[in-house]
Amino acid sequence: MAFIPHTPPDVTAMLAAIGAKRIEDLFEEIPQNLRVKSLAGIPEELNEMAIGRLMTERARLDGAPLNFIGAGAYEHHIPAAVWAVTTRGEFYSAYTPYQAEASQGTLQVIYEFQSMIARLTGMEVANASMYDGASAMAEAALMAVRANRKSKSLTVLVPATVHPHYQQVAVASASNMGLRFLELPYCTEEGITPAQSLQKYAGQDVTALIIQQPNFFGRLEDVDALTDWAHAHNIFVIAVVNPTSLALLKPPAQWGTRGADIAVGEGQPLGVPLSSGGPYFGFMTTRMEYVRQMPGRIVGRTLDLSGREGFTLTLQAREQHIRRAKATSNICTNQGLLMTAATIYLSLMGPQGLARTAAAAHARTRELVAALTRVAGVRLAFTGPCFHEAVLVLDRPVSPLLKALAERGIHGGLDLGGYFPELGNALLVCATETKTQADIERYAEALGEVIHTARAA
Amino acid sequence: MAAREKVIFEYSHAGRGASDQWPQETPPAVLADLPVKLRRASAPELPEVGELEAVRHFTRLSQLNFSIDTHFYPLGSCTMKYNPKACNQYAMLPEFLGRHPLAPASHGQGFLACMYELQEMLKEVTGMQGVALSPMAGAHGEFAGVAMIRAYHRVRGDLRRTEIIVPEAAHGTNPASATMCGCVVREIPVNAQGDVDVEALKAAVGPDTAGIMLTNPSTLGVFERRIEEVARIVHEAGGLLYYDGANLNAILGKVRPGDMGFDVIHMNLHKTFSTPHGGGGPGAGAVGVGARLMPYLPLPIVAREGERFRWLTQADLPQSIGRLSAFMGNAGVLLRAYIYMRLLGRDGMRRVGEYATLNANYLLAQLKAAGFDAAYPERRASHEFIVTLKRQAREHGVTAMDFAKRLLDYGFHAPTTYFPLLVPECLLIEPTETESKDILDAFVAAMSQIQKEAEQEPERVKGAPHTMPVRRLDDVRAARQLDLTWKPAAQP
Amino acid sequence: MSTVPADLKYTRSHEWVRALPDGTVEIGITDHAQHSLGDLVFVEVPDAGRVVKAGEACAVVESVKAASDVYAPIAGEVTAGNPRLAHEPEAVNTDAYSAWLMRLRPAPGALAAAEFMSGADYEKFLAAEG
Repeated sequence: MAFIPHTPPDVTAMLAAIGAKRIEDLFEEIPQNLRVKSLAGIPEELNEMAIGRLMTERARLDGAPLNFIGAGAYEHHIPAAVWAVTTRGEFYSAYTPYQAEASQGTLQVIYEFQSMIARLTGMEVANASMYDGASAMAEAALMAVRANRKSKSLTVLVPATVHPHYQQVAVASASNMGLRFLELPYCTEEGITPAQSLQKYAGQDVTALIIQQPNFFGRLEDVDALTDWAHAHNIFVIAVVNPTSLALLKPPAQWGTRGADIAVGEGQPLGVPLSSGGPYFGFMTTRMEYVRQMPGRIVGRTLDLSGREGFTLTLQAREQHIRRAKATSNICTNQGLLMTAATIYLSLMGPQGLARTAAAAHARTRELVAALTRVAGVRLAFTGPCFHEAVLVLDRPVSPLLKALAERGIHGGLDLGGYFPELGNALLVCATETKTQADIERYAEALGEVIHTARAA
Repeated sequence: MAAREKVIFEYSHAGRGASDQWPQETPPAVLADLPVKLRRASAPELPEVGELEAVRHFTRLSQLNFSIDTHFYPLGSCTMKYNPKACNQYAMLPEFLGRHPLAPASHGQGFLACMYELQEMLKEVTGMQGVALSPMAGAHGEFAGVAMIRAYHRVRGDLRRTEIIVPEAAHGTNPASATMCGCVVREIPVNAQGDVDVEALKAAVGPDTAGIMLTNPSTLGVFERRIEEVARIVHEAGGLLYYDGANLNAILGKVRPGDMGFDVIHMNLHKTFSTPHGGGGPGAGAVGVGARLMPYLPLPIVAREGERFRWLTQADLPQSIGRLSAFMGNAGVLLRAYIYMRLLGRDGMRRVGEYATLNANYLLAQLKAAGFDAAYPERRASHEFIVTLKRQAREHGVTAMDFAKRLLDYGFHAPTTYFPLLVPECLLIEPTETESKDILDAFVAAMSQIQKEAEQEPERVKGAPHTMPVRRLDDVRAARQLDLTWKPAAQP
Repeated sequence: MSTVPADLKYTRSHEWVRALPDGTVEIGITDHAQHSLGDLVFVEVPDAGRVVKAGEACAVVESVKAASDVYAPIAGEVTAGNPRLAHEPEAVNTDAYSAWLMRLRPAPGALAAAEFMSGADYEKFLAAEG
């Protein structure tokens, strides 16, 4: 019996102690008519050898294509030590650190994580992580509503250049609490949010402005101008940032004169594999003055009865298990394992490694763009600076080309047709430090071939 | 006691690093296109340590933890069962790890087959018509469930229905999730036997009732015997029934929430389906629905067309409550749950419910025999039960929290103590089916020993733990003097 | 047994009210309340100038195990929140009746219409609550 250690003598002895004749008797309180008749829809058990074989076959079916897709999930080198240590049973199978004395390992990792993320974003305080970047952004909007005492409108301005999926998650997560998300148009030539988009809101009651940097197109927004405008109008600034990029780009705490009020993002680039979209983790940071409005777990350092240093969950009075209906959020988890991996990753990479990774990603993307735009019928959509992602415009529909590339073992990028039809046949491509010159040439050659074939047809 | 492990920043030395992990340097000219005003002025202050230093540091930290791999965790409501290594190994095959979330479905049929089959198995074992896998935690699944209930009433033009009824014994996430969906929470009492007070329920339902959130077996560890009647009362009043799947382990393979009349459920894959707790996450809170709520399921969902699998989109499900995750939720967690369910198979599901219940009832019997007071002594335990230590608190001044801390010295993680709020000085105990009789007997022996200590040297229990890496921590100081990020000693 | 000064008035949500000579009232939480909360770690008080309705939540007292709302006992305008509590929340534990949370100028007629408990009634109320 998988994972059940009981022998028949065990069962006999246990039933005797309980005073029951059979295990079925233990269910006597449950009405007979509610009992399951059969679970025919569930296959028979497999032993480990058989499931191993099945999973290996399925994995082989999916294979290992050459990946040039970014769009919120980025392929980076992950040192072997990261998951070797993270999957240690003491991290993997540990519970939430409510009993602090039995969880000093986890609690200290969280404290180190909070410290590293705060330094990376330049903000004063961080929580122990959220489900993912998208939900972190939604929670940031809810937090801004609580913290921005000068605003009552529950209105959040969202540039169209924020990741479309993040926008969808924000609406699905926060509309029920009365938040309205208003889209700010972008400039289709530049691929960024112009100052004019904001002007019409001057004098109106707006709670928060979200700024994603780099934005969904990989383009760099004018974060200083946007931040200062927002603050001049009593609007909270929520920064949505790529953590790898923060090794090179100005952190949100330094945007404009006062810096962002809340900074969130997707932590996946820090040592978490692509794994079909999850599990990832979101990070959230803010100013110290808003710490009590921040959802999620927070770890603090303190002393024990002997005066020894130790770590514990703190500010729990805001959380669901105490505040219940008045909690800052219903969130009851942090992505502990992923946050552990990220902390180890950041420790191995350090400031130099992270900066090199960011720079190499920038370099490879530039090379990719150069190689692909040498193919006839492919041009760059926006001329301004971008970071490790770029939008290309093709002279023919993107979808069949991506299909043909996939047949050749290349995932060429994300077709933007469904999201931004006004850009025409647009493709979002990304290359990180994991791509070599040979990989890029292979893609360019394959693209040339499939376009040629399409042209001939 | 060994010197404490320092915070990693304290091991840092400028210039150190695991340099073989870093890519080659990029010539500065290549970065020239990044505007200076958007560039970082100085490097982020991350620790600079070598690879061995980092590995040693984090390995030593791990050794300060309790974990299922090392300790028994009789944590009520958490289902701390063994996390099979096979689930981890096969979920981490490189092809699964390397797949981009936006890669074409045509080149992810292996992965999608696993997701589809997981949806189907979860439907079957819970008796529901549809399943969505994207909510990323139990509370997230609760949010989705209540949001679907709201959507259902809204679409029918029944805008008054904003009240969610919650038993006072409910877990805190229930009222919190309801509030996050813009609902108003209405609490009803539980009677002395641990069942919902049906008369109070009848008085509470009406034209404002959107639904009721219930756990069955309840958070008090007993089966809600009048569940069919409760379902009828709520449905007749026009409300829907939400099932909190936290206690699904008790009835897995024996009873199905769909058959009890529930319209929507969430499952905690990190509890019932054994995905790792990871020190606080990632979980996965898949939701299941009956026919009424099918149109509202969150996206994305996997569908099968002949032999091929594809993702359903907004076009397929225009009334969906929307997208709750940037991509498709905690895919890696879902793969682990899939592998686990395949290892169990249909008979294994049933054995989970049976042996979880056997272990709980045995442990209850042995603790009662050892002189402890059960909160509901006339009831069978489900997969968990409550022991109350209010007598010990009164007679010796030793609380449930003190017992919990002393258990750590005996090598057992404490049972749940902070919940449910209804029973004073309670220990909510859930052994799970993967523990042997020997461990259960050892736990009872430890509890008996602590009882003796409570009688003869209560200070020993009140000052526990004594043998852990730290003693009890000053929570008040932690909250008053907030030290949430490391700063070098020179700075205040 | 908590202290209940006879010269103050009390509410069912465990606030005390002290009439000041200038016509304003001072409001805090009772000894019973501070005791059930435990060591306070944070107190949030309303800003001066804020207009509140009777029964409106306008302050928060937070301990490690609970965060409770404090309700305005009558309608009026906040004239001051106690600045001492920002860095010394424990003052409420030490002396609940001198560590006031806020001062309020009652709305016209509000004080006369208010239904407060006397010290003796509050003690009975506490005994009944059990």
